[in-house]
Amino acid sequence: MTTRIFVPRDAAARAVGADRVADALLAEAGRRKLDVTLVRTGSRGLFWLEPMIEVETPAGRIAYGPVKASDVPALLEAGLMQGSAHALRVGRPEEIPFLQRQTRITFARCGIVDPLSLDDYRAHGGYRGEARARELGPAGTIEEVAASGLRGRGGAGFPAGIKWKTAADAAADRKYIVCNADEGDSGTYADRMLMEGDPFSVIEGMTIAGYAVGAGKGYIYIRSEYPDAIRTMEQAIVVARNAGWLEAFELEIRVGAGAYVCGEETALLESIEGRRGQVRAKPPLPAHRGLFGRPTVINNLVTLATVPAILADGAKAYAAFGVGRSRGTMPIQIAGNVRHGGLFEAPFGLTLGEIVEQIGGGTRSGRPVRAVQVGGPLGAYFPRALFDTPFDYEAYTARDGLIGHGGVVVFDDSVDMARQARFALEFCGIESCGKCTPCRIGSVRGVETIDRVIAGDHRDANLALIEDLCQTLKFGSLCALGGFTPYPVMSAIRHFPEDFGRPRRVAA
Amino acid sequence: MWSEAEAREIVRRHSGREGPLLPILHDVQAAFGWVPPEVVRVVAAALNLTRAEVHGVVSFYHDFRDAPAGRHVLKLCRAEACQSMGGEAVARAVLDRFKIGWNETTPDGGVTIEATYCLGLCSCAPAAMLDGQPIGRLDHAVLDDIAGEVER
Repeated sequence: MTTRIFVPRDAAARAVGADRVADALLAEAGRRKLDVTLVRTGSRGLFWLEPMIEVETPAGRIAYGPVKASDVPALLEAGLMQGSAHALRVGRPEEIPFLQRQTRITFARCGIVDPLSLDDYRAHGGYRGEARARELGPAGTIEEVAASGLRGRGGAGFPAGIKWKTAADAAADRKYIVCNADEGDSGTYADRMLMEGDPFSVIEGMTIAGYAVGAGKGYIYIRSEYPDAIRTMEQAIVVARNAGWLEAFELEIRVGAGAYVCGEETALLESIEGRRGQVRAKPPLPAHRGLFGRPTVINNLVTLATVPAILADGAKAYAAFGVGRSRGTMPIQIAGNVRHGGLFEAPFGLTLGEIVEQIGGGTRSGRPVRAVQVGGPLGAYFPRALFDTPFDYEAYTARDGLIGHGGVVVFDDSVDMARQARFALEFCGIESCGKCTPCRIGSVRGVETIDRVIAGDHRDANLALIEDLCQTLKFGSLCALGGFTPYPVMSAIRHFPEDFGRPRRVAA
Repeated sequence: MWSEAEAREIVRRHSGREGPLLPILHDVQAAFGWVPPEVVRVVAAALNLTRAEVHGVVSFYHDFRDAPAGRHVLKLCRAEACQSMGGEAVARAVLDRFKIGWNETTPDGGVTIEATYCLGLCSCAPAAMLDGQPIGRLDHAVLDDIAGEVER
């Protein structure tokens, strides 16, 4: 009887040698005349253990990691095929504390199934959401999404149900569903993992959205930095189409071209239309006049991929998770200088300290944690003094930050926060679309001014100027790029004054 | 080398699409390694756009090149997660080794090194991508492998 061995095909697992491990496994099994079927899955998201391989045994799957290609002969010798003991054996994946503590709803299948097998998809709960949507009807489906409390997982946190209802109520000759997979925030990879590990969940989310609002065509806009995700998503669409799944809903992938600002929804629509990715003034809202001037639902990929699970198990079950107005779960991506980096899906409400220290295990370098940037390059830097902040849209806003797309980047005590503040302004300048003046010019003037601060030139006066500039950026920019760049800049200045040549205040 | 016939064929391939410009430009760059100004003229005429409009799109997006790239393209991530793991120092070492700056090509045309802002490999930082293949936990040993690959 053949033994199934699972090796991730996720880009991050490949980046640390998963392909070499897969090749070594096949070669070594051939040499030993072992009957092995290799299955390439997505990643479970435990990146310090990647490449993590799993073998199917009568007692369930047994995981080993991190495995190098050179470990393979010894692993087979020790009885990998039976799940036997070895120094790299981590046991049943579900019992690894990092996974055991999670609530996997959006990521329920990721890392377990063959991403391109519809049989696997169905066997692990796929299609159930769409079937329920057809029972509820379009209006009932929108009501269910609204009742679940699902909000935009791209960062803005806008209620998905309201967006859908607005587009559904708009009269037009045609409508569109657009999936925003332009995941540009540093520290985030949830979209990428889903596209590579469970692409059918994205397709199901989009077909449900199309049914609910009456749209016949969908676009998935994927950033060009994700060649693996593009490939898997393309293959998944072909599989779905061949299975007759996309008869009433046409689906097409569009590839970005290295512009961060295209993650902003109106810039993304401009980009699909074939123009420079420049932000549109709102109104009109995309739900009224979006892609090609038609009513358009544009949602983040995680938002759409969560919809099938919400419909399958009901809005009530989803809304039972979370805190305050942040309902359900959030895939938190723990990254940077961290010991246990990976994807942690959990109900809203975990404190930043729990995420970084208990779950993440502190820094990878072993030095003390000094700063944590939450929510990507437009998110604030949090000092340890704010580690009690619960993971919740409103709680982060109240502390002049944002949860964004759920990225958490950890820095140790070697970080220079004046350099980080400078980088935030520099990044804004590099990626500015140029449409509005505060962002286009303010970012450049900001870099010049912070360089003077770093050089010790009229520090207080120049810091006052930066604060003033940040006010202009925040209130005068058209979109989040200019509008939120002040978060990393001002949080660095406020929480880490000593890096700007100012005395440390008592009790931050 | 670019050819007008191939450029026209690429445009024709996308003729039925809504908003075909970006897919066309991606295919142009995949075929020729860059977006030559002569091709901008062909594309503009075919889509009934001005050359300025197409040039505006080409120059807006970081991906589209106005000069051919080297035989290999190495993208190094410069975003925050990679910074937190010493990515800037590693990047400096790579640039010094090949004696070029950001977005430059070595004189022998061997490699172009481009800055990128996030490859989504943030839990395996510092990260890079060589000819589309992801590379994580970049250190001096991995760097030696990359140099070996490029110089081969």
